[in-house]
Amino acid sequence: MAADDGMQVIIGLEVHIQLNKLRTKLWCSCTSAYHGKEPNTVLCPVCLALPGTLPVLNKRAVEFAILLGLALKGDVQKETFFYRKNYYYPDMCKNFQISQYDKAGGVPICVGGELAFRAGKEARTVHFMRVHMEEDPGRLAYDGSITTSPVAYVDYNRHGMALLEAVTEPELRSPEEARAFLKKLRAIVEHLGIADLGLEGSMRCDANISYKGHARVEVKNISSMKEVEKALMFEMMRQKQKIKGGGEIVQETRHWDEVRRVTVSLRTKETEKDYRYFPEPDLVPVAIDKKMLDAARKAMPELPDARIQRIVKQYQIPEYDASVLCDSKAMADFYEATVKIFDDPKDVSNWLMGDVSRRLNEDLVEIEETKLTPKALAQMLRLIKDGTITGKIAKGLVKGMLSGAMPADLVKEHAVKRIDDAALLGNLAREVIVENPKVVAEVKEGKNPRTFEFLVGQVMKKTKGQADPELTREILKELL
Amino acid sequence: MAKLHENTATELLRMLSAGETTPVEVMATYLERIGKLEPKIHALTFVNKDAALKEAERAAKELKGAKGKKKPLLGMPIVVKECISTTGIQTTCCSKILQGYIPPYDATVVTRLKQAGAIIIAKSNMDEFAMGSSTERSCYGPTMNPWDVNRVPGGSSGGSGAAIAAREAPLALGSDTGGSIRCPAAYCGVAGIKSTYGRVSRYGLVAYANSLEQIGPITITARDSAMLLEVIAGKDIADSTSVDVPVDKYSQGIASLEGLKVGIPKEFFGEGLKADVKASVEKAVDKMKELGATTQEVSLPSIKYALPTYYLIAMCEASSNLARFDGLRYGLRVDVPKGNYDAMFSKTRQEGFGPEVRRRIILGTYALSAGYYDMFYVKALKARTIIQDDFKKALAKVDVLVGPTMPTTAFEIGTKVDDPLTMYLEDILTVPINLAGVPSLSVPVGADKAGMPIGMQVMGNFFKEQQVLGVGMALEDVLQFHKKLPPLAGA
Repeated sequence: MAADDGMQVIIGLEVHIQLNKLRTKLWCSCTSAYHGKEPNTVLCPVCLALPGTLPVLNKRAVEFAILLGLALKGDVQKETFFYRKNYYYPDMCKNFQISQYDKAGGVPICVGGELAFRAGKEARTVHFMRVHMEEDPGRLAYDGSITTSPVAYVDYNRHGMALLEAVTEPELRSPEEARAFLKKLRAIVEHLGIADLGLEGSMRCDANISYKGHARVEVKNISSMKEVEKALMFEMMRQKQKIKGGGEIVQETRHWDEVRRVTVSLRTKETEKDYRYFPEPDLVPVAIDKKMLDAARKAMPELPDARIQRIVKQYQIPEYDASVLCDSKAMADFYEATVKIFDDPKDVSNWLMGDVSRRLNEDLVEIEETKLTPKALAQMLRLIKDGTITGKIAKGLVKGMLSGAMPADLVKEHAVKRIDDAALLGNLAREVIVENPKVVAEVKEGKNPRTFEFLVGQVMKKTKGQADPELTREILKELL
Repeated sequence: MAKLHENTATELLRMLSAGETTPVEVMATYLERIGKLEPKIHALTFVNKDAALKEAERAAKELKGAKGKKKPLLGMPIVVKECISTTGIQTTCCSKILQGYIPPYDATVVTRLKQAGAIIIAKSNMDEFAMGSSTERSCYGPTMNPWDVNRVPGGSSGGSGAAIAAREAPLALGSDTGGSIRCPAAYCGVAGIKSTYGRVSRYGLVAYANSLEQIGPITITARDSAMLLEVIAGKDIADSTSVDVPVDKYSQGIASLEGLKVGIPKEFFGEGLKADVKASVEKAVDKMKELGATTQEVSLPSIKYALPTYYLIAMCEASSNLARFDGLRYGLRVDVPKGNYDAMFSKTRQEGFGPEVRRRIILGTYALSAGYYDMFYVKALKARTIIQDDFKKALAKVDVLVGPTMPTTAFEIGTKVDDPLTMYLEDILTVPINLAGVPSLSVPVGADKAGMPIGMQVMGNFFKEQQVLGVGMALEDVLQFHKKLPPLAGA
């Protein structure tokens, strides 16, 4: 997709996935459940890197890395090494980060790989350079914006958490595509069960952005999927304006300032950091043998693509529905759990993709963060099917159900029920006809069927959506 | 009868078991000696006086109640080098930058010592971050050699070496990155072993050069070293580089030297070797022959590259290891009135590190930087492999290698400290062993004309500590050097 002005942007992403589904951190036995804990309390001598301490590799982290590597069709290496990436920064207790490297004799755990996804209607495939393991640094906090804060706070609770970094080739062509790519990657990670991506900072990005023929800019510190699109759009706009104004793009590293919604220059090529990578002498090479690979293949859960195909086949719903549902593992799980107890698969997907998703988007929450249960949704659908409530009434129940209410209770509480009293509806229909002479005239001309539906809607309005729509139509037709 | 402090650790342990002395008497004796001798030699940085006495009382009770099997080091005082982490006791690496840092955890060797019943009596002086061969570069000031207080005790574990020579304690721990156990052992006339890389856990040893160093005993005799090594050696899950090989009964030594094949690497007897040192080592080799060993000359041609190889690897690793000392979390912090953390880091490190440490950090940083990495670090790793191969080849032909530990005897304080290159040359015979990763014991084999001790290295194959120590025990049984105490420690 070329930009309208003929300028083609090229985007590469470095996606950090925090393995918070591990029980412990990467080098020590501290719990990985640090979220929400008092700052600087989830620590031990090892993850604080006190003088003399040594890292010991969490074997399960290697297994998780293998799972992701295989899921992305990458080449999991037989032997992999850890390297030190040296630089001074207060969020790092050692002033080096234990990571992996693909140069200077280094071998990351997984080389290559690809991910197929759909961006709008287009099927796309993006390739990976590598997936590597590394430790998470601590977290810096500021008073407001990073550029204006007079102080920086350090919280080391996150220090030493296991990260996987998936590095793509520069193959993404728009922020929308980047978002779609991340959505798919996210679904895969969720299905693998290696990370809870609902937790803050569990999926972070650095992005490389350039226009063809111009220098490349790295944008760091994009803290979530939602921020990626914004950061990319800002940076593209900045570069485009500069190029159009005859300026030159400087090869540099910039920082995404979430608060001010701008990218800020951190350093240019001239002052580019030299990380002085060298093999970590405190850790031994990690051998990945056939046994480990076989175990990972055996443990490999159903991934989104396979699940979409199965859902289409098993529930006979359109592929589009299945793929939207499988964007989120929690949503797909919810769907299947509901279908199990309410046997109208298309009805369930319609509601989940329609009113439920709309509500979730409005509240900026994921389905697993709400109290909605498959049981509640199934009950609501049953109430519609047996004629107790109308679809319109049901729509009004969704909000309460997200807070944990059962639809039957809501119906009782608010006395909302389908009105099928023909006499009452007849009276209301007559009122509507009198109130809308112009529309009635149009209906009688018979040119536009939607004018009739307008009248049905007016009756609905008078009953707060409780009128039986079929009965109302019959009555209106008769009266006209 | 010998005075209490004139006994080896092995003999003291026997006496404790037999009830001929008590842990309290032992502790009190050494604490008293420390009080008397420290003003002369300054081997120690911290004396754990009250706690150690209390521990001795507890050990005395435990010893009384113990039937049959007792803890192997119950009631034995031990000196621990300043770079080995001890809960609640300063661990400063004798650097200004770690002033005020009190570790909340024990090194694995310390845990094992405590479980064995040993009692930390003191921490010992060292060259800052173990970078040196003289113990002159300590933020607490230099340690003096008990044999001649105008001379250095060697380094970097000079405090442990001097403390043992002066009999301020019966046992000590040092660490050896490029000779830091063997050099002070040789200069102070005591025994010390750097074991096979991976034999002793490094967890809790403040890293100077991780891929080279080992914690190890510095003791009166090789037999004492063997006994101490049995306690501290073995696989540790907290150190991924420690190796899961069974720990032998080192203190049993070997039956005899009969039939032992001894290699004499000719490169150890080259230029710069002091005549007295050469003579003493040759005499010791003759003794070995008398005891039934056969000798043959061997060659380690690549060890001429050992010194630059060692310093490159050590400095590169050190430049990264020492990055964590930035004033933010513990130790010295020099605040700057204006400026960000970068300014604070710089100022703290500038004031906190001594000149030699700064030199090695800067050289290591340079050698690792883009464009130089292949030329220096990668090349050094290749040279290291070649040196290791030389040792493997030689040790395929013979059981052990012997040679002088140091080319000279202890030099006078202040004569080399301002000339780093001369100081680096001190390590020429010790660093090859760290590069190869094999075990090496230094045992005293004599003294020069001035009465300064001379050490001989016994080097063996990977994990052949028992053989190396056995040779040392056989030698000391005939040489009896440990019966001689420095004049100031005698009375």
